[in-house]
Amino acid sequence: MTKQVQQLDRVIIRFAGDSGDGMQLTGDRFTAETAQFGNDLSTLPNFPAEIRAPAGTLPGVSSFQLHFADHDILTPGDAPNVLVAMNPAALKANIGDLPRGADLIVNTDEFTKRNLQKVGYAESPVDNGSLGEWRVHAVPLTSLTVKALEGFDISKKDAERAKNMFALGLLSWLYHRPTEGTIKFLERKFAKKPDIAKANIAAFQAGWNFGETTESFSVSYEIKPATLAPGLYRNISGNQALAYGLIAASVQSKLPLFLGSYPITPASDILHELSKHKRFGIRTFQAEDEIAGVGAALGAAFGGALGVTTTSGPGVALKAETVGLAVTTELPLIVVDVQRAGPSTGMPTKTEQTDLLMAMYGRNGESPVPIVAPATPSDCFDAAIEAARIAVKYRTPVMLLSDGYLANGSEPWRLPEVDELPDLSVEFTVEPNGEDGETYLPFKRDPQTLARPWAVPGTPGLEHRIGGIEKADGTGDISYDPHNHDLMVRLRQGKIDGIAQDIPPLEVDDPDGDARVLVIGWGSTYGPIAAAVRRARASGGKIAQAHFRHLNPLPANTGEVLRSYDKVLLPEINLGQLALLLRARFLVDIISYNRVRGLPFKAEELAGVIQDVIDSE
Amino acid sequence: MSDIATNGHTAEPIGRGTGLTLIPRATEKQTLKDFKSDQEVRWCPGCGDYAILSAVQGFLPELGLKRENIVFVSGIGCSSRFPYYLNTYGFHSIHGRAPAIATGLAASRPDLSVWVITGDGDALSIGGNHLIHALRRNVNLNILLFNNRIYGLTKGQYSPTSEVGKITKSTPMGSLDKPFNPISLALGAEASFVARTLDSDRKHLTSVLREAAAHRGTSLVEIYQNCNIFNDNAFEALKDPEVRDDITLRLEHGQPIVSGSKAVRRGPDGRLAVVDRAGVPEDEIVVHDAHDPDPSVAFALSRLDEPAFEHVPIGIFRSVDRPAYDTLMSRQLHEAVSDQGAGRLGDLLRGGDTWRVG
Repeated sequence: MTKQVQQLDRVIIRFAGDSGDGMQLTGDRFTAETAQFGNDLSTLPNFPAEIRAPAGTLPGVSSFQLHFADHDILTPGDAPNVLVAMNPAALKANIGDLPRGADLIVNTDEFTKRNLQKVGYAESPVDNGSLGEWRVHAVPLTSLTVKALEGFDISKKDAERAKNMFALGLLSWLYHRPTEGTIKFLERKFAKKPDIAKANIAAFQAGWNFGETTESFSVSYEIKPATLAPGLYRNISGNQALAYGLIAASVQSKLPLFLGSYPITPASDILHELSKHKRFGIRTFQAEDEIAGVGAALGAAFGGALGVTTTSGPGVALKAETVGLAVTTELPLIVVDVQRAGPSTGMPTKTEQTDLLMAMYGRNGESPVPIVAPATPSDCFDAAIEAARIAVKYRTPVMLLSDGYLANGSEPWRLPEVDELPDLSVEFTVEPNGEDGETYLPFKRDPQTLARPWAVPGTPGLEHRIGGIEKADGTGDISYDPHNHDLMVRLRQGKIDGIAQDIPPLEVDDPDGDARVLVIGWGSTYGPIAAAVRRARASGGKIAQAHFRHLNPLPANTGEVLRSYDKVLLPEINLGQLALLLRARFLVDIISYNRVRGLPFKAEELAGVIQDVIDSE
Repeated sequence: MSDIATNGHTAEPIGRGTGLTLIPRATEKQTLKDFKSDQEVRWCPGCGDYAILSAVQGFLPELGLKRENIVFVSGIGCSSRFPYYLNTYGFHSIHGRAPAIATGLAASRPDLSVWVITGDGDALSIGGNHLIHALRRNVNLNILLFNNRIYGLTKGQYSPTSEVGKITKSTPMGSLDKPFNPISLALGAEASFVARTLDSDRKHLTSVLREAAAHRGTSLVEIYQNCNIFNDNAFEALKDPEVRDDITLRLEHGQPIVSGSKAVRRGPDGRLAVVDRAGVPEDEIVVHDAHDPDPSVAFALSRLDEPAFEHVPIGIFRSVDRPAYDTLMSRQLHEAVSDQGAGRLGDLLRGGDTWRVG
């Protein structure tokens, strides 16, 4: 039977199953093959915080969405074109997102009376006609897998477990994905259990062959490679890119990297990644708590290291006091906050942009801290380097605001040339800087940057003491003098404000130059906003777009840009935190669009919002 | 500075007795004056901190280390002002966190002699967690715990070492919570070096500091320190010439544990007991073994001053070999480099599955 092959320009797939079904692995593998094939792609893993919620229940559903295309794309996609539902819970949790006419692949083996009852289905929706608006492919994935693995020397449980590879094989056939990488991956992953490796590979191939032969699928799809900018690419997640950016910052600054960290979702992968790269002289210190993590990083910075701490959610709150100490002792420190849904524990695996005001103001006293936010997973690399640049040059803690969506999401990354990375090298002070040529003034400032000198222990003749008590300008001696305190507060603020002269201006994207409405954003909303802007423009809307990478200080031209449009729209995954800052500072009547669902915005949703604002002109 | 990145110490010493070998030596003879900073000392007149400061300033030249390679890190409290008065590098940090900050510094700079100055409130209340973890981790640093059994800087509330029933500003009817015994706590955390000394006994204080500095790993030195404003004479029994010799049990490695009139022996139930020295045959007096890998006898010794000040062991309870965290950490970096070669950024970025476009 020759099957029809249809060309598509883009597809959104969602794998959904129980936490134990291996959906993240399945998604990762499909992503890797898709990246190898040369499509542009964007991913959205979505999993529960519980390690293993009760099997077959709604809280236990884990999913992985992948958007891939023959052109450059900006988001993991709004709604899937195909949903793979490994059990009734996965179906129930995801069917609401599936548009009419989409493909639905259901593992009918799991639609037992008991499993249906667990999620409140009185009867199987596969059989009662309630799925009529979708193209349902009822496939007994589990039993097909077990049957394909008859004759293998593995337990029935292990055979059943391979059903995700069967599903992956089927989808790989359906979308013409290469298979060699997955086969090699399985050989590597199960190198110590060759029987399991063989079985998984057999299941994967059986899934492929099933697609090829079954009548349930009459069409397969081709999505040509995307025409991306020339270069060498790899697929990368935000957390991995961020870790690599920190390593690059260490190499480029010639400062040894010291990470003090306490495990917390979704930031832990940065600790895991950095701990693998000791050959770069990186010290990773898993501290007893969040406070010790940042404390050790600051202690290392005092000793001349590139001090970094990584955290999320309530961990940021615990670090606040030490960040304040770094502000007043004017030592470089990078505080990575992978934002997650709060307050308190909130929803640890879900994304949010709700720590902006915490980063900005969440300390006692006047304690300004520069804030940098990456826009996409691969941009986490550059943002980490930029955070390090500011920290080292200005001797200040810097908050790097990633989030759960960037951390776990992935996209193709065009690798930078190492010799084009910025030089972050720093000169420690080694000579007295007092006018008498003998004394060392730890708080004598560089007239340009207002940064203080950095003399590290081990430097003869520059022995000095720093601390959290207010310091006299220049000498750094303890001082309670009212005028000195006022001066020091202003100097510390002035130093941070002055960074505005050392960052790029806010760039506006307005192809025709005649838009009257500007949409702005910061951090991970870049993809959905830019995708929405494309849609609005495609349907004739005039819209300008600008995206903030630096939240503190803001680019020097921010006020000018905001004031040159009739309307400024700002979508945020919070209740309007950047809007509050911009309104207060520039008296511009920002139109906020806020949703705090623990999920990224959808492009279609934002396109509608943009259109509404344009139409209201 | 060039070797900080990988710390080229391949044959690093491990454990007791070699805590100073990685720290550069001074070429010229130093004096007490070299270690005085130009800052005015601002403790209350009569404070025990003065005696400790003077003893430390007098003792540091003896170490013969380059002054610039010595760092004092403190938390918050009266004692934590200490670094300002020493002409070394210093970091006056935040309440309770000095052990964490010092850990980051000492772990990344094995060429530094790092000292933590802390008090009973700083180390045992707000910083209790950091203290026990520093002790178990065994980074090469020295923690001097000034114990005056009261909160001084916040003006006289009871502390985690105050005796039960302490009447203070915050406990007008007496404190309710049982105090920590810092020595027991440190031994429970399996600290590799644990000692107790007294602010007024400069000779003993100095001898303990000498051993602490030489110890490779984390040393904890509890220093009984008098707060003459809020808790005066808390340790008077140990200073009063009439009684001190009878209640002070001197711990010296290899020596029988005795005071003027008392001796420590094992009772019929196997427990340590303090008995009249007169009636005990010399060979039944417990001989102190500070290097015993088993901390249980040291722990039993730490319990002998219950009830307080009937008989108080002073000296080094424990000093054992245990790999220092910074040594192990440096070693892993070395192993990584020798196994895989020094890291190259370009190779790292190009690692994993890549594909070329155009």
